[in-house]
Amino acid sequence: MSTISIDIPPSPTRDPDKLREIARKIRALVLKSVYHAGAGHIGGPLSAADILATLYFAVLNVDPSNPEWEDRDRFILSKGHSAIGYYAALALRGYFPVEELQTFDAINSRLQGHPDMTVTPGVDMSTGSLGQGLSVGLGMALGAKVLGKSFHVWVLVGDGEMQEGQIWEAIQTAPRFHLDNLVAIVDYNGLSQYGWTSSPSGYSGTRREPPILNPGDKVRAFGWNVIEIDGHDPQQILHACDLAKLHKDEPTFIVAHTVKGKGVSFMEGQYPWHSKPLTLEDLNKALRELGEAEVAE
Amino acid sequence: MKIETLRFGKAMRDVWGDTLCEIMANDQKVVVLDGDLANSTKADKVAERFPDRFFQMGIAEQNMAGAAAGLASVGLIPWLSSFAVFLTKRDLDQVRMTIAQTKLPVKLGAGYSGILTGFTGKTHQSVEDIAIYRAMPNMTVIAPADEVECRQAIYAATYHPGPVYFRLTRDPGPVIFDDTYKFELGKGIVLRQGRDVAIISTGVQTTRALEAAYILESQGISVYLLHLPTIKPLDTEAILATAEATNRVVTAEEHSILGGLGGAVAEVLGEKRPTRIVRVGLRDVFGESGPNDALLEKYGLTPQHIVAAATGLLEGRDA
Repeated sequence: MSTISIDIPPSPTRDPDKLREIARKIRALVLKSVYHAGAGHIGGPLSAADILATLYFAVLNVDPSNPEWEDRDRFILSKGHSAIGYYAALALRGYFPVEELQTFDAINSRLQGHPDMTVTPGVDMSTGSLGQGLSVGLGMALGAKVLGKSFHVWVLVGDGEMQEGQIWEAIQTAPRFHLDNLVAIVDYNGLSQYGWTSSPSGYSGTRREPPILNPGDKVRAFGWNVIEIDGHDPQQILHACDLAKLHKDEPTFIVAHTVKGKGVSFMEGQYPWHSKPLTLEDLNKALRELGEAEVAE
Repeated sequence: MKIETLRFGKAMRDVWGDTLCEIMANDQKVVVLDGDLANSTKADKVAERFPDRFFQMGIAEQNMAGAAAGLASVGLIPWLSSFAVFLTKRDLDQVRMTIAQTKLPVKLGAGYSGILTGFTGKTHQSVEDIAIYRAMPNMTVIAPADEVECRQAIYAATYHPGPVYFRLTRDPGPVIFDDTYKFELGKGIVLRQGRDVAIISTGVQTTRALEAAYILESQGISVYLLHLPTIKPLDTEAILATAEATNRVVTAEEHSILGGLGGAVAEVLGEKRPTRIVRVGLRDVFGESGPNDALLEKYGLTPQHIVAAATGLLEGRDA
């Protein structure tokens, strides 16, 4: 862990180059932490790294020194299995020391395999069982209206979990309450843990179908404001979030087109890297590609 | 404190709707989420009086449970309005992860619990709800006996800092407490002191247990009756004192004998004070449609069934 230098102060920035640099650090921290823990998800945290960096450093109105601040924006990682990417973003933003990422998955750790709001500073909702975060976000956004508060609620959804029925309950219900303070972002990386295949080599091959087709069209039909972007371009992510905050009367759904395993060539678009232990060789190969120093063990 | 003659009172669902209105008039933080059953559960009373704090969530219980967690996490106190059968099964995983694991103060207003659900049959009856939420960490489980206790318990549940599963019933039932009664969360209440046999009951089954006690006493049998309106946390001291007083325990609940009150009492006594026990309740079966009296008779829940269990225990027979 100590080989990752923290030369970026944990302060907000709208500079796309700095956001890219933060995303790069999130990716390196994900890989090192998963290697250290001997287990964990990789593909999803890597695809979400630019979104997490942009949200935590440019979009969310939060105060890491006061994680329980009542008027803060809320964030929910509905795709809770990408927890290590979330923890890396929180650590870089100053919620807890970066070194604590070494305790990921360890007994008594504040950094559980899936986010736990009862133990981790900065985590606004426990997640892990898929398809549930958007409903919670709906409730938080509704609560803001009841309490007369102006905070926004941001929910990062996985494309795989869009197969869960509950997601569509929330998508169906949110527009009825005119929740323009609710923004969902789908990390549309096109792969889930195992998935469907129509490839001639069948399930023994590595080709998989996207877990959901045309999510933007579907959600738009339910009455949401939908924006489609490149989920690896901080400028586009930031612009979409700005537009979402300006949009009135409807909740916003941002379809962020991403690549699973983004940033590491041998992991990109490869479903087996959804969750897989890393060898030291894999780790160092990946760190080299990310421009980070290799580690000895 | 106790009234010896049973008079019929308000239906518990009406008590619930009225009491929530009373609480909401004084507390802006209390909100109600409805799964499109408000005119059955009587959350419609809230909808009419407090439309700004009544949220129609539609026929989508999973989303409703998650939304309640979200509301609670920003400082509100949400009550859910639905049927016991749905609040335990349609949204079980949602309650588990976002309400029980988080310890958020969401209150599950579980209408139409038990089997007296207005001719809707086994799909809408709830015979395993206590067992389900009793097994879930951080949950409190309450089943009041009558309108007096129900009203007080709604206050206690609302201001309990964590999640609560609250069992309500559809139809009017007897009133057994007067206005001097004080509900205390987690505490059992001894309704009769006796030495021959004990009955431990919960929810509206306590009103039937009280009738059973009268019948047994008319036969010269001394009955100890412990009512447990809170099934979790369980008043183990009261259960042990009951066993100590009589050495014979009948449990009674409008619920399966598996995992509910009977299961809970058997666990306590099995570990701490082995005692002969007979459980009265549904014997691992689902119910069906039918008039209330016929249902109670067929599924073994009448006062006479409790009397028979007690008599059998006294005569050394199995249930």
